[in-house]
Amino acid sequence: MSGGTPSPVADLLAAPARVITVGAPTLDEALVAQGVPTVPVEWRPPPAGSAAAVAGVMADPRTAPANRTAVDRMAAVRPRLVDVRPAADLVGIARHQVLHAGPPLDWATASGPMRGAIVGACLYEGWADTPDAAERLAASGAIELSPCHDHACVGPMAGIVSPSMPMWVLDADGRTSRSTLNEGLGKVLRYGAFGDAVTERLRWMERVLGPILASGLRRHGPIDVGALIASMVAMGDEGHNRNRAGTSLLVRALAPDLVRTVGEGEADNAPGDVADVLSFIDANDHFLLNVVMGAAKLVADAGSGVAGSSVVVAMARNGTEFGIRVAGTGDRWFTAPAAVPDGLYLGGFGPDDANADIGDSAITETVGLGGFAMAGAPAIVQLVGGDAGDALGWTELMYELTLAEHPTWTLPVLGFRGVPFGIDAVRIVRTGVAPIINTGIAGRVAGTGQVGAGLVRPPLECFTAALAALAESAETAELAGAGGR
Amino acid sequence: MTEVVRVERGRYHDSVTLMRASAAAQDIPGVETVIAAMGTDLNRALLVQAGFPDPEATADDLVVAVSADGPATAEEAVAAIERHLAGRGAGAVGGGHQPPAPRTVESAAARAPDAGVVVVSVPGPHAYVEAAAALRAGRHVMVFSDGVDVGAEVALKREATTAGRLVMGPDCGTAILDGVGLGFANVVVPGAVALVAASGTGAQQLCCLLDGAGIGVRHVIGVGGRDLTSAVGGVSTLAALAALDDDPAVEVIGLVSKPPDPEVAEAVMAAAEGCRTPVVAALVGPGRPTLTDAAAEIARALGAAAPDPQWWRPPAGPGPARPGPVLGLFSGGTNAAEALVVLEERLGPVVSNVHHDPARRIGPFDSAGGAHAVLDLGDDALTAGRPHPMIDPAAVADRVRSGGAGAAAGPGVLLLDVVLGHGAHPDPASVLAPALADATATGAAAVAVLVGTHGDPQGLDRQAHALVGAGAIVHRSNAHAAAEAAALATGAGAEPIGTRSGRP
Repeated sequence: MSGGTPSPVADLLAAPARVITVGAPTLDEALVAQGVPTVPVEWRPPPAGSAAAVAGVMADPRTAPANRTAVDRMAAVRPRLVDVRPAADLVGIARHQVLHAGPPLDWATASGPMRGAIVGACLYEGWADTPDAAERLAASGAIELSPCHDHACVGPMAGIVSPSMPMWVLDADGRTSRSTLNEGLGKVLRYGAFGDAVTERLRWMERVLGPILASGLRRHGPIDVGALIASMVAMGDEGHNRNRAGTSLLVRALAPDLVRTVGEGEADNAPGDVADVLSFIDANDHFLLNVVMGAAKLVADAGSGVAGSSVVVAMARNGTEFGIRVAGTGDRWFTAPAAVPDGLYLGGFGPDDANADIGDSAITETVGLGGFAMAGAPAIVQLVGGDAGDALGWTELMYELTLAEHPTWTLPVLGFRGVPFGIDAVRIVRTGVAPIINTGIAGRVAGTGQVGAGLVRPPLECFTAALAALAESAETAELAGAGGR
Repeated sequence: MTEVVRVERGRYHDSVTLMRASAAAQDIPGVETVIAAMGTDLNRALLVQAGFPDPEATADDLVVAVSADGPATAEEAVAAIERHLAGRGAGAVGGGHQPPAPRTVESAAARAPDAGVVVVSVPGPHAYVEAAAALRAGRHVMVFSDGVDVGAEVALKREATTAGRLVMGPDCGTAILDGVGLGFANVVVPGAVALVAASGTGAQQLCCLLDGAGIGVRHVIGVGGRDLTSAVGGVSTLAALAALDDDPAVEVIGLVSKPPDPEVAEAVMAAAEGCRTPVVAALVGPGRPTLTDAAAEIARALGAAAPDPQWWRPPAGPGPARPGPVLGLFSGGTNAAEALVVLEERLGPVVSNVHHDPARRIGPFDSAGGAHAVLDLGDDALTAGRPHPMIDPAAVADRVRSGGAGAAAGPGVLLLDVVLGHGAHPDPASVLAPALADATATGAAAVAVLVGTHGDPQGLDRQAHALVGAGAIVHRSNAHAAAEAAALATGAGAEPIGTRSGRP
């Protein structure tokens, strides 16, 4: 053009050094035949009926900037562990109220382990004297059920929170999250077990564990959980099914202050109780899990409420349904029936004994830990018969679903690449690849407890439904039909 | 029933490894229960619950417990556990680990920062998403897919303009970027000509005619068949013209399209006049010069000798002239449109599934009812869910058989295009020649336009000879092929066109 500025597309007029191809293999082959290197995309159509929603969300000019905002906010969160206090003080729940994992549910639709845990909570709180009486009470509708997620809480497996339970308190930038204290493995409330042993342990946690941790933590001052997670990921934990290194790091940080609460101040803890607390933690490799979950909740919540964003900010299961939330649709749950995990079984248990997927612990995957960080925790991959190469491959596959990498939670084996971070519901639907979630497996029958551990994938329907809702509210150019605009 | 419980003091394996080992042994027929675990209180309780005696073991000891239908089976299970525990490490990551293939354009773009162009050929309803992803990753995009809504095209091109990128397509069949062909592209010698093409096969015909005249083509920028409609407004055409005008290696620009909508034509012609580089418009339509004429004009603009398109004839001549209707079977839309114009100039009304006049439009499967007919077999309606006839000419061969078997009501003259180059069928003549031979053997005449170059992988001469061997007259000029078909149809016999015959 006469005297105009240079064309911005002038670089098109050079032989391409490399070409990305998506679609017909013939066209890729034609380039290879000319000696041009290609990067073929392994494309497949999105689930039937979802193409219009995908296009609608992609065409919403708000989506990309909103996703950047949501991911940036999440990446900036530095969660701190600050306190341990009873649920009644923290959450304002009262007599006959319990919180549970996952999306909303009622007694009628609750699974065996969820019912078992509710029964156990009724026995623990003294609302009922026998399991039968507890069941009758719950079935009568007298026990009010509410999702943990709606109260800035998270709980693994059944995720039951009743008023007397001590809870971890975490904060970041003036926001708070809480999570239960981990009971250990085997016959424990969160896996749906109930009875005297369960109640006794919960009472000890309430009387001894909670107050001692609280006094030690207050003495120590806030613990930087973001930094702790960075360390544990570098030490072979993925923060969901493996918390061994992280639990040890917590003990290392707290032990001196726990010891110093003996004969000091208001707490004046008994030396035997402090020793019991340290032994209890030592016997439970998963003790830190609930802290990681509380931190993950703070991280995920930071992304919530960004209009137009398709970033996933919650994945949670109640033992019956899998539910997700995305940043652009507020507190709305998108649910579908939960799958049974694929994994290995304890003792004489097998797949027939397994309940459907359960727990808020998928909040760890929501922020790039757990199944997303498997490359750094190859021990976990054996649960489904994989090898160390699969561990790398699964984390690498999860990068296909995320918009960013976490700035400080890095994987040494991938050259210190950040864990896959900022799950995009659009990517999940476009690729048909569901997130990989590491999980424990609860027994199907109330009272059984844990029967195994393995991997599970959320149903794609959750994500297609979320996209349909985003597309409905999209501020989008009209893509279909003649004429355009 | 046999029960075996073994305790190995001080042997540690992590719980996951032990669960794997247990699972391996559990698969052996006749094995009832297998537990391999460290002797923690919890695991001892599980053993008791599963019916084993409580072992004298601590958390530092390995316990292996098996119940099976006999001692041999139990020992086999214990051995299987041992094999599994001994075999740890076999799956460690080796140097051969390959990351999974990218599943999205975004992922591919992140891995290939040097890939400046993305070629999208997913089914039409999905093309917007991948093309938008390409633009947002800062890449130019060629949308080969057809069946893309015009609203999506407008949205993509608006976004491309803002981003300073170019969208080629949708329904962009061909592009050549500094000698590299994308989509369907003939192998041409790079030269001083560049084309902006709203028509893929039109651009291929022009490239091949120029190639036949020894004139090289440096770039072909496809813009999609709707770019010059008022809905789209010529966005990509204008951007391509500006870019090509800036390229000092380009001496003549050709613009290949159907006649644009009037308001767009004005803007494009104004832009063309503003170019320092001469622009030759090759607009295929009634009353306009053919692409063969356009090739001559480009040659003149370069000061080169006029093209004299090559042709081949069967040694026995074209066969007995049998007046009768022409049936044109085209894989290329512009070849069909140009043939329609040439035939109507000589024969009067021709019916077609792509006729601009609705009164002369027929469905792709309708009988022509004895009239001259031209069918575009590459039309969107015929290719949904099926390979394009340029990729697989079987659909054309089927039409030759059903319409050209010399039946009383059948056509007198078959006219078809055969397109070579990258992306096209590796040997289209091998698919078409048998059907043509049957047709010519029963008295029909056959004329083919061979759109290809001597550099094409299919071999121009080899393809021509196979078609001629089936009794067809073969031209490199589509206009010449159509004119010869018209002459045969009127019974005037073969009309000498051009001078450069090939040597069958």
